[in-house]
Amino acid sequence: MNRIVNDPNFVVEDMLKGFVKNHKDLVEKTENDRVLKYKKAPMEGKVGIVTGGGSGHKPAFIGYIGENLCDAVAVGEIFSSPTAKAFLDAIKAADSGKGVACLYGNYAGDNMNVKMAMRKAKKLGIEVKTVVANDDCASAPKNELDKRRGVAGEVLMWKVGGAKAAMGASLDEVIAAAQKAIDHTRSVGIGTAPCTIPAVGHPNFQIEDGTMEVGIGHHGEPGINVQPLKTAKEIADEMLDLILPDLPFESGDEVVVLLSGLGATPVMEQYIVYDRVEEVMEEKGIKVYRSYVGNYFTSLEMMGVTLTVMKLDDELKECIDMPVNSAGLKQF
Amino acid sequence: MESFKNADAGVIVDQLIHTIQEQRDYLSEIDGKIGDGDHGINMNKGFTMCEEKLKGKTYDLSEGLSILGETLLDDIGGSMGPLYGMLFDEMSMACEDAEDVDADVFGEMITGAVEGIQEISPAQVGDKSLLDTLVPAKEAFVAAKEEGKDFAQCLDAMNEAAEKGWQSTKDLVAKIGRASRLGERSRGVLDAGATSCYFIITTIGNGAKGLL
Repeated sequence: MNRIVNDPNFVVEDMLKGFVKNHKDLVEKTENDRVLKYKKAPMEGKVGIVTGGGSGHKPAFIGYIGENLCDAVAVGEIFSSPTAKAFLDAIKAADSGKGVACLYGNYAGDNMNVKMAMRKAKKLGIEVKTVVANDDCASAPKNELDKRRGVAGEVLMWKVGGAKAAMGASLDEVIAAAQKAIDHTRSVGIGTAPCTIPAVGHPNFQIEDGTMEVGIGHHGEPGINVQPLKTAKEIADEMLDLILPDLPFESGDEVVVLLSGLGATPVMEQYIVYDRVEEVMEEKGIKVYRSYVGNYFTSLEMMGVTLTVMKLDDELKECIDMPVNSAGLKQF
Repeated sequence: MESFKNADAGVIVDQLIHTIQEQRDYLSEIDGKIGDGDHGINMNKGFTMCEEKLKGKTYDLSEGLSILGETLLDDIGGSMGPLYGMLFDEMSMACEDAEDVDADVFGEMITGAVEGIQEISPAQVGDKSLLDTLVPAKEAFVAAKEEGKDFAQCLDAMNEAAEKGWQSTKDLVAKIGRASRLGERSRGVLDAGATSCYFIITTIGNGAKGLL
């Protein structure tokens, strides 16, 4: 496996220590060693933005703590939900009295732990509302949106929610904007090699050499089909064929595109895919208003890419344009 | 006697802790067949942390269950932390005002546990989860009570249904949780959550019977 760790059972702890040291200008520890917060949180008069999830998706989730983004993040074990207590402590760390928007992905463990945290937050008098990201259009059919998982579209949801909160919006306005962001967003992933949880030592799913799995999830959840590995161009086409009709995105639309590597695919290859993505968009009369290419939401050392497209309106555009400063996303 | 004292029943929580500690390796072994193989380790970790918190304290059933639930919620993430955290928290709340726990109070405890879990989880009976043990156990207890059986007989009915429900998971295909990605390959193996739930329910059932 040739992994660079001290002890495979303590990769999350060890990673957090290095992360806090490297990003001490932005983040700090809290009393709960599984919660990190923005140095300036809670910010007076601002709705708090909280997220959380299993580890192994760097820079998600802690990499999106920062200015005009997330205020506090609950950290779980590799691919396993944070505890209810961690979500609650993140909520407390982010709350300035104006309420907290908890923006996270649609996974069974996260759903349950957030619900339990909200029960306790309510007793403490903290108002919490949620948006549950479900942008992965390969994870369930369109008539079962509530079964779809949240993937890299979460980055855009945090961007919009964080910007809205920074503008001074109320909790309901922040929630409405973040919900609109995710409702306007579709993603799909393609995997070309599996990943291994260090403490387990072997991959718990397989992608045969020379093949690719279309629609694979962020933890290796099975996709729609397995095909012989295609060219970057064909991979771009394949992903757009799934994403564009699903919303649908149409001629005249303005969109944000986020193309993320899954961990082990070189950024060079991500640009090769992106070239075709924008080319197809142009052909279809869809204007790419802004694009992000890089490792924004990974899955340990899985090989492959995810493509995320969000349809814009004036409100979303204003949020997307707002500067941010975080470990995972800087925009000035 | 048709009831036991809440104050005397903290011992049921001790029995729960010992049961999970004893079953640690078995639970992990079952989980390893179609899951991560860490169910026993995680459960043992949570229950043992609770044991530490209870050490040297006096607690009644309600207080003990409350601390157990809180420990699982605070220290065990994933899905099992909130599910069992909720189960014990609801059981605790249903008996916190009762000096004596009779069949009515116990019926509320196990009904509350089912309702609490259903509040946070979309799982249904038949999905191959701990609900396949818990729901029939609750239904058997409530049905026996409505038939006018005494408390001990109701507990027997509950234990019997828990075992049957647990065993039923062997032939089920997982529709929820990590094992659901295996589809047909998840058939033929007991569900780890249903297994730990069987040990929990029957430990409570036998513990309660011992106090009657």
